[in-house]
Amino acid sequence: MAKVLVVTSGKGGVGKTTTTAALGAALAQSGQNVVVVDFDVGLRNLDLVMGAERRVVFDLINVVQGVAKLPQALIRDKRLENLWLLPASQTRDKDALTDEGVGRVITELRSRFDWILCDSPAGIERGATLAMRYCDEAVIVTNPEVSSVRDSDRIIGMLDSKTVRAERGERVEKHVLISRYDPARAARGEMLTIDDILEILATPLLGIIPESQEVLKASNVGTPVTLNNAESAPARAYVDASRRLMGEEVAMVVPAERKGFMDRLLGRRAA
Amino acid sequence: MNVRADPTRQLVRLRGRSYVAFVFSPVVPIVEWLAEIDATLARSPGYFVGKPIVLDLASVDLSSAAIAHLLGSLSERSIRVLGIEGVDEERLAANMPPLLTGGRACVITRSEPVQKVEPEAKPKPTSLLLDSPVRSGQSIVFMEGDVTVLGSVGSGAEIVAGGSIHIYGTLRGRAMAGVNGNSSARIYCQKIEAELLAIDGYYQTAEEIDVSLRNRPAQAWLEGDTMKITPLN
Repeated sequence: MAKVLVVTSGKGGVGKTTTTAALGAALAQSGQNVVVVDFDVGLRNLDLVMGAERRVVFDLINVVQGVAKLPQALIRDKRLENLWLLPASQTRDKDALTDEGVGRVITELRSRFDWILCDSPAGIERGATLAMRYCDEAVIVTNPEVSSVRDSDRIIGMLDSKTVRAERGERVEKHVLISRYDPARAARGEMLTIDDILEILATPLLGIIPESQEVLKASNVGTPVTLNNAESAPARAYVDASRRLMGEEVAMVVPAERKGFMDRLLGRRAA
Repeated sequence: MNVRADPTRQLVRLRGRSYVAFVFSPVVPIVEWLAEIDATLARSPGYFVGKPIVLDLASVDLSSAAIAHLLGSLSERSIRVLGIEGVDEERLAANMPPLLTGGRACVITRSEPVQKVEPEAKPKPTSLLLDSPVRSGQSIVFMEGDVTVLGSVGSGAEIVAGGSIHIYGTLRGRAMAGVNGNSSARIYCQKIEAELLAIDGYYQTAEEIDVSLRNRPAQAWLEGDTMKITPLN
């Protein structure tokens, strides 16, 4: 049963594209058939992070508008043969996306893949709403700061009202992924605590990605962070998150936190 | 500027327009005929309101006084007559509706059923229960009464209620109670971090809310025209 998962946040620059690429690669490494779809029409980045920017011929807009067939636009990853990219158009804007067109593409992708990861643009406009429109699950990427958390709260509200599932009275399974978590700053009390974030968002936690130079290094060489240096802290955190997405119980690792915290976090996830 | 526009002569433009009018054809005895009208009105009050009505007096022979009386009876029933047909012009007084001629019969398409099905008068709910958190950007407006939220109200969300607001969670957004002028409405929450509280138009912003109250269960109410916020328990 194919799963459509949107990676979204509301706010820009929190790590949606990094997360999409990293989770996509981690899922593919564990044997799943995965496609990552870039919905950031006009400002596409996922092709760069995936290292496929020089092989883009057709894009999502071409497929939505029926100019190209889906197999023509899909780009296979060079490292993992069961990981694919559907790039966005850089020359168009979000108005080129239509509800029916996106629905048709998603339906077609469902028949080919186990996981369809939609990389949402920032904001709450057409691109973001269409990226989440047909999703079954959502990963809400949040940085430990108030503006990011409030935007995430807004996005969660939209996931609960604007998606096809919500309109049918079903629920979208939502997960919070805290990225750019800096243990040192957290210890100094300069960031929102994980407890605060989860209290505000009232949504289960999927993982905590530590702030790391590895993320920047990986995107500079066009490789998902989970593939570039699998031993790095962010890579391990993303792999754990991908295993949780597949339903595994994986203990939550909070970088440099006191003991006993883990139990509370796990308590939340069960709730 | 010295430019002055000359007053242009207004041209009277005559336009034609046709309406379908209801034709009342009273028969003797007039009293019984009026009873029929009353029965129709009892079934659907206001049925003739705003409809053009023409009185056809061809089948009765009424004096000028009798016509005046009939018009009076109709006007008591809030039926205004647009024009009268089938009568000699000299029987119509100057204050009566004008004599009409040349009317053509046509089928009246009824836009509303004569017998309106009275909807079961359900008592409107006077409270609204929300069993999930209210997220940033959401606006809950319920003028009819109280709003209860089982969960938190996010920063940037707002609750507007005609009555009181009860929040079993943290209030981080705005809460506006008693917006219909209900000054006895109150706001209750388990944890107060509100951006704004308002009751019947009197409001306090986050800056004005006493810091010592923050993160505690609290209630807000109006005392005269000042808003009081006190910890609960």
